[in-house]
Amino acid sequence: MFAWDLLANAVVAGLLLGGFYAAVSLGVSIIFGLLDIANIAQPAFLILGSYAAYVMNSTFGLDPILTGLLFTPVFYLLGAAVYRVYYGSFERRGEESLRGLVFFFGLLFIIEVSLSLKFGVDYRLVQAGYIGKSIEFAGVGIAYRLLVPCLVGLAMTLALHLFLGRTFYGRAIMAVSQDRLALRLMGANPVKIKTVAFGIGIAAASLAGALLVTITPVIPSSDRDYIGRMFAITVLGGMGSIGGTLVAAVILGVIESLMATFYGPSWSLAVSFGILLVALAVRPAGLFGR
Amino acid sequence: MVAAGVLIASLRVNPYLYFAGYVIFQYIVIATAWNILGGYAGYVNFGTPAFFALGAYTAVFLIQSIRAPLPVLILAGGLVSALLGLGIGYLTLRLRGVFFSIATLALSIVLQTMIINWDYVGGSRGLSVIRPSSPPFGSYVTFLFTVMVFLAVVAVTAARFIERSWIGRGLAALRDNEEAAECMGVPTLRLKLFATTISGFLLGVAGAPFPYYVTFVEPNSAFNLDYAVNALAMPMIGGTTSWIGPVIGAVLLGSAQQLATVTISSEMNLFIVGVVLVAFVVLAPEGILGLVRRLRAR
Repeated sequence: MFAWDLLANAVVAGLLLGGFYAAVSLGVSIIFGLLDIANIAQPAFLILGSYAAYVMNSTFGLDPILTGLLFTPVFYLLGAAVYRVYYGSFERRGEESLRGLVFFFGLLFIIEVSLSLKFGVDYRLVQAGYIGKSIEFAGVGIAYRLLVPCLVGLAMTLALHLFLGRTFYGRAIMAVSQDRLALRLMGANPVKIKTVAFGIGIAAASLAGALLVTITPVIPSSDRDYIGRMFAITVLGGMGSIGGTLVAAVILGVIESLMATFYGPSWSLAVSFGILLVALAVRPAGLFGR
Repeated sequence: MVAAGVLIASLRVNPYLYFAGYVIFQYIVIATAWNILGGYAGYVNFGTPAFFALGAYTAVFLIQSIRAPLPVLILAGGLVSALLGLGIGYLTLRLRGVFFSIATLALSIVLQTMIINWDYVGGSRGLSVIRPSSPPFGSYVTFLFTVMVFLAVVAVTAARFIERSWIGRGLAALRDNEEAAECMGVPTLRLKLFATTISGFLLGVAGAPFPYYVTFVEPNSAFNLDYAVNALAMPMIGGTTSWIGPVIGAVLLGSAQQLATVTISSEMNLFIVGVVLVAFVVLAPEGILGLVRRLRAR
């Protein structure tokens, strides 16, 4: 007999996971999708955000997600600084593609190894009131540990959607992704706008990192699990479309959850990378690409 | 080769040197192989661990099933990885630049998952490999060291040949501007397929003796992302446009890492690689060769 309740549970968990994956991928959607900068180091900033939440939680007992919010300005500045180095070293010289990629790859390793030098390779987790509790609804359990990050992820998606569509800076970021020269002719400085966008992308990743450590314990090399997911979702979502990112994140979350329930969790990682490979090979413009 | 091996074995030096030396020569093969695709053709491959591990696991499979001798393992490991290389060569038809790099990274993880779920070669727990009882000369580590030196010579010779032939010029043309090269009649697809296949072959060859070297193979060590970062850091540091660049990078960075592993910690050595890589790519994009050239020009 087919286990319907198992299926229902897996789908619900996948939907919740999808909200979290959207939060994880928003930064890549901005930086890679809109700015066209292949920031492979993005998952390292995610884990850096997790460790910031962990440190504040274990020393001051601060709520991890609140910490994540408090730290976004710090990560925004960090991201802006990284972009300035990147711009000065590669983009201005027109060597961004190949060497820029290597630069970010090196950055990924530096952050990851620094974390493991500082904190070791033990799993780190956070304490909060809602972790471990859940509600039952028609035989389907919903863990707060997943629900809260999902809601925050949805809020982040909505906030970014509004920011990009309604505000001056948001529209400028959309413009810089479409036509840099035209923007410059209109009197705006593309470098400044890209700095802002890059900073927001990194800040989003750090907040997602706080969500991650709420869901599951992290180690410094956890970032590797998210490289594929982030880029798969971004490519599938249509490179820079915020709504598309959310849809792609939910699709990936559900598929992964189903795979983990019916075939075992060791396959779930291959799903995202498999989808990424197929998406890249068959339809690089994604589901919602222009 | 046997004569050289006997000579190496007869030198009375600390056996640890062979153990560490093996890794450095292995990196010469890996860096040279990476550079044929990355340096000459301009396609950045993040999936080095996939090819290396495929070579290693082909060897594990053949040891498990028929206890094949080492030369067979090396050849088979190379051929299987070459096939994978041919596959990603066709991928370049659709994916260029950044997308190609991300796809190779994805490939590495997918392959790792498959190996983790394949119990015959050890699955996620890993597998102990028993070395053959009697090597042709010296101790088994000395023998493996000699084999790796030989493989490094083969790899570097191949890279030097490619660089100086019309193939190298064609690859350089497509690296600088693929469309323009195609329009000028350069057979870009055939050249790219050649580069990915030969690069894959050499990476597989480097991985094939790995099971006998470590004697315990598990997916995390065979698919280690360290190979990916080293494979591109070494040519970047040495200089990507010439065959000697990866060799310089591999010797410098490889020895530095061996030293750091012994004297500080194995995590520190990765830190060093990351910092050196970023420093070079920002400050000296042409690598050591570029620095030397600039000094000479003065």
